[in-house]
Amino acid sequence: MTDTPETPVKPAAPAPRPMGRFARAMDSDVGYAFRRSPVAIISSAVTVIMVLAAIFAPLIAPHDPFNPATLNLLNGLTAPGVPSAFTGDTFILGTDDQGRDIFSTILYGLRISLFVGFAAVTFALVLGVTLGLIAAYVGGWTETIIMRIADIQLTFPSILVAMLIFGIAKGITPIEYRDQVAIAVLILAIGLSDWVQFARVVRGATLVEKNKEYVQAARLIGRSSFVIMGRHILPNVLSPVLVIATISLALAIIAEATLSFLGVGAPPTQPSLGTLIRIGQTFLFSGNWWILVFPAATLLVLALSVNLLGDWLRDALNPRLR
Amino acid sequence: MLSFILRRIFQSVLVLLVVGLVAFAMFRFVGDPIDTMLGQERTMEDIDRLREVLGLNKPFFIQYWDFLVRAVQGDLGISYRQGRPVAEIIVERLPATLELALVSGFIALFAGIVLGIFTAIRRDGWAANTIMTVSLIGVSLPTFLIGVLLIYGFGVGLEIPLPFTDATINTGGMPTFGRGDTVDLGWWTTGFLTTDGLRSIILPAITLGLYQMTLIMRLVRAEMLEVLRADYIRFARARGLKDRAINFRHALKNTMVPVITVTGLQLGSIIAFAIITETVFQWPGVGLLFINAIQFVDIPVMAAYLMLISVMFVCINLIVDLLYVAIDPRLRVDGKTA
Repeated sequence: MTDTPETPVKPAAPAPRPMGRFARAMDSDVGYAFRRSPVAIISSAVTVIMVLAAIFAPLIAPHDPFNPATLNLLNGLTAPGVPSAFTGDTFILGTDDQGRDIFSTILYGLRISLFVGFAAVTFALVLGVTLGLIAAYVGGWTETIIMRIADIQLTFPSILVAMLIFGIAKGITPIEYRDQVAIAVLILAIGLSDWVQFARVVRGATLVEKNKEYVQAARLIGRSSFVIMGRHILPNVLSPVLVIATISLALAIIAEATLSFLGVGAPPTQPSLGTLIRIGQTFLFSGNWWILVFPAATLLVLALSVNLLGDWLRDALNPRLR
Repeated sequence: MLSFILRRIFQSVLVLLVVGLVAFAMFRFVGDPIDTMLGQERTMEDIDRLREVLGLNKPFFIQYWDFLVRAVQGDLGISYRQGRPVAEIIVERLPATLELALVSGFIALFAGIVLGIFTAIRRDGWAANTIMTVSLIGVSLPTFLIGVLLIYGFGVGLEIPLPFTDATINTGGMPTFGRGDTVDLGWWTTGFLTTDGLRSIILPAITLGLYQMTLIMRLVRAEMLEVLRADYIRFARARGLKDRAINFRHALKNTMVPVITVTGLQLGSIIAFAIITETVFQWPGVGLLFINAIQFVDIPVMAAYLMLISVMFVCINLIVDLLYVAIDPRLRVDGKTA
């Protein structure tokens, strides 16, 4: 170590206060765009509230809808906000025919819907990003095969692919385990139906990045392909992935609800929002609208706010639109 | 041009072969057909004989080839659940789905183009803004929820009080279940010839077409706005042509190319989304058949549906591609280099 000569530094402007991660994020370009957009603020607030409500469902919910001991059949089909004729109990959003509090079932349903949504998108993201990176970096036959499969899958709507995977997985699992693995199968089906978008975008971005100088430099100093892909290229192709992940989350939540609504998703023992809507539909003609309307409204608000958030993020991260 | 068509056809055949392979693999590996067909009391000889009869002892790719040949000849196996040939069931169910897809496609195209033109011409009007906002909600609304809400609004009905009187008006009364009365034409059953059948198709068709409608509307609007900025439109205005002539004869014509492509491609997703609509309205088409097949793990029906829908998809994609080249002369020049 040689002593570097002390450069005389004039105590100019006082150093800016070190900022926390959050403050720094809010100070960035995207953070600025965020503060300026009421749509972004409201939709992200709604999303965060729903996620928190789902996580803390057991603490918030007035009843445990899956514990039969807490249910009273006399409370069955109580209208929202009206005291039950038999027990005098009041339920904010009413009850179903078993006397289950709709508010509680929605909280627990939200939990399953969000869990499946996040897990499916994570799965699709990891799969798609990995395959996209490999396809672009390795090239040749590997690339042809991966992208051909992606093209073929893209010919079909993802909901159809998800249904098909669900059906096949159901056929493979023995009957006695079907309900237990249903959620895992659902995640797998939605995830597998959705990886193509990630793979295509990452491949496109990687094709651009892999010829840049920093990648060549990394190759020259003898880093392995694995490290170059994971440590050098990956961080530079992630920002479009974030946008797709947000939009995919909305699509995955809707896909899950659709599959569950059609009876090929979450089992009755673990009802998601889609299952609740399916159940609510059977009460429509008897005038008990609240069993359907509240879960449906929850799903709609959730899907809409995640969608708006994704739209906003796409515009905010697109330098051409600034 | 010719090489473009040939390459497209080659790709389509490749897709169909892969889908066929998936369908065949489902048959072969999801559940053991020997197990399904022979009961508990069976000897090794029975198993061997059946294996011989079904050709299960042949190499994998020979079996796959046999499967393809049979499928092309219309032999798609026998439904595990209904015990009837799958091809027969599908032929019986297909008219319902096709009629539904046709009506909803027509609604989507017609309403989508009209609303798209309207929102583009009256860009800053309150009506156009309202339509755009509502369409954003429409995109976020899952198809099944649209169906359920339509059933609630127009099947069950809401009591709406008439102003200045005590009377209420009920918005309900539309049929929400099945196809209604149909007429059997021998090889085709149609709901178009009876009032009940026509009334029955309205709600499902709207449900199915709404998403496509918003998509077409947004596309037409975006394209129109783009075209209306072009120099030749400004020139047409300078020539003193009437607005009507400019909007419809000059602008609309040039927006149609992408609209045709997207509409064509959407035809495929209409058939796929028909699964959802058919389940909501208990519409007896192939989509409902497919959902029931998944619920009861009826592999032959699932495989047959998969192949049917992929043939449709591949044909639609191919036609759209060719149409695209036929309509847009610019692509014909590029076709050589591409």
